[in-house]
Amino acid sequence: MSLGDLILHEEEYQKLRALIERLRQDSNARIVFLLDRNGQPVAYIGDMDGTDPTALASLAAGNVAATEGLARLVGEEEFSNLYHEGQRDNLHVSVVGRRMILVVVFDEHSSLGLVRLRVRKITAELLPVLEEVERRASTERTQFEAAFADITDADLDALFND
Amino acid sequence: MTFINYASREINCKIVYFGPGLCGKTTNIQYIFERTNPAAKGKMISLATETDRTLFFDFLPLDLGTIRGFKTRFHLYTVPGQVFYDASRRLILKGADGVVFVADSQESRFEANLESMKNLEDALRDHGLDIDSIPYVLQLNKRDLPTSMPTDALRDALRRNGEPVFEAVATEGVGVFETLKAVAKLILARLKGS
Repeated sequence: MSLGDLILHEEEYQKLRALIERLRQDSNARIVFLLDRNGQPVAYIGDMDGTDPTALASLAAGNVAATEGLARLVGEEEFSNLYHEGQRDNLHVSVVGRRMILVVVFDEHSSLGLVRLRVRKITAELLPVLEEVERRASTERTQFEAAFADITDADLDALFND
Repeated sequence: MTFINYASREINCKIVYFGPGLCGKTTNIQYIFERTNPAAKGKMISLATETDRTLFFDFLPLDLGTIRGFKTRFHLYTVPGQVFYDASRRLILKGADGVVFVADSQESRFEANLESMKNLEDALRDHGLDIDSIPYVLQLNKRDLPTSMPTDALRDALRRNGEPVFEAVATEGVGVFETLKAVAKLILARLKGS
């Protein structure tokens, strides 16, 4: 597998979940969503009723990628915070470290200032957890490969039987 | 970049459909969307122009089943094929675990195929990926058209290094699932670390 693979364990997942839950409470937000830059949902908290998490993740990642492309065109490395204002809900999107994106959906019960402040605080706490994920990934990858080493062609074919 | 999530027991992989404009990339994943059990698929997203040309990408999440206790989830993306969307294509290729090149079999699109293939190589290299080592499948689409080139000539011109090649008529679903299965198998086989 390539160096960039991401391996997330229950322990770190729970830490990330606890942090984004705190962010949701502190910022009075409706939804807090953590995803990776390639559009994979990692963890989310809040009222997702009617919101497809996979779709949200792929569009948010596409949005960040396109905005980064724009940033480079005008000589910036990145625009690390994006804000989309709607009639009812608003979106705050920020880049966390090298590979994660944090999306906060909030309505009139919160404000952009409060969200930005809380996002900045929680980002500082998310970073060490994400570094731990990266650090463990290199050793865990070997274990994962070992677990998958005995996959047969029949196993793979079985996935496509229906 | 494969995402292995022990918390949800999921393996998430990204497959990108690449190829020249109007070669049938969107038609491929549209057919997969239409023919997949609703429980196994998510919402399909198409960011398209008013004339239904892909503007940024199409996206379809698929669950293929369980292997060694892990759910296998594949995120299918298409790139916009038109030449001037190069910047968008490069963004979408980022983090790809596997690539399908959809070639347009029509004689008049031969040069467009070659140009798109070169574009794919360059864009992958930008992300530190090599077309000769990443899981990769070649699909020769539009085989039903009277203007299509002989299969052998097109395959010889586009095939690189022993990758699986499938003839397809994506509008009718011919070769569509065969192509998807082949690239998914290559990606999963790679998880063995071989």
